[in-house]
Amino acid sequence: MHQEYTVIEGDFVNAGKASSSVKKTLKQLNVDPGKVKRVVVALYEAEVNAIAHAYGGKVLVDIDSDKIRMVVADKGPGIPDIALAMQEGYSTARPEVRDMGFGAGMGLPNMQKNVDKLNVTSEVGVGTTVEMEVNF
Amino acid sequence: MTIREIIKLLDATVCTGEGRLDEEVETAFASDLMSDVLTLKDTPMLVTGLCNIQTIRTCDMASLDIILVVRNKKVTEDMIELAEDDDMVILSCAYSMFKACGLLYQNGIKPLY
Repeated sequence: MHQEYTVIEGDFVNAGKASSSVKKTLKQLNVDPGKVKRVVVALYEAEVNAIAHAYGGKVLVDIDSDKIRMVVADKGPGIPDIALAMQEGYSTARPEVRDMGFGAGMGLPNMQKNVDKLNVTSEVGVGTTVEMEVNF
Repeated sequence: MTIREIIKLLDATVCTGEGRLDEEVETAFASDLMSDVLTLKDTPMLVTGLCNIQTIRTCDMASLDIILVVRNKKVTEDMIELAEDDDMVILSCAYSMFKACGLLYQNGIKPLY
C-alpha cells in the first residue's frame, strides 16, 4: 500500500496529519500497537523537521505485510554536518519552532531510537531526505 | 485516583472527555517540551503548560490520552475537535505546573522516572 502526503513550510497547524493518517491505517491493519507507536513517533518527528527547517516536502509511505518504509524528502537548506545533527541536544530551530514544543535537538536521535533502519542524506542548499523502516 | 478525583483536587474543568471521568490515573509526566513527550515508552497523564494543536497531536502519536493543561491556558475549539476524534480527556486548571504536580504527587500519582 502506497501513501503520499505533502508537507508545507511553517504549516504547524497541519504538522502530524500524515503521521496521524498512517496511524489509522496501521491500526486498521491490526499492526502491533507498540510498533505503531514507534512508526508514528518517528514519522511525526520527521514531519515536524520538514515543516520547521525546510521549504516543504513530501512524505512517501509504503506498507508491506512485514514492514513499513517511510521517506520524508524536503526542499530546503540541507544539513551541513549530519553527524552533528544526530547528536542529542544539537538544534538550529527557530524560536517559533520552540514555541510549538519542539526544537530541543531530540528529533533525529529519537527517530533513530524508534526505527529499525534510518538513512539521512542531505545536500546543502538543495534538501534533505530521511528514509526509515520499521519491521513488523 | 480517578479523573473525577483529580478534577476535584485541582479545581479543574473538563474541556472534553466527560464519559471517561471514572477511569483511574496512576502516573503523570509534566513537560512543555513535546520532543520529550515523544520519547516516553509509557502512557501517563500529561501535565503541560503548552496549549496548542501540537500538544494534542503529540499525545496522539505518543498514545497519551489524558491531558491536564495548567495555568488557565485557553484550550481552543480545534484542539477539542482533534481530541474528540481520538477519545481523549482534556482537563484545565488554574494552578501552576508546580502546584498541580505537587498535589498530584501528594495524592498518590506516581512519576515515570
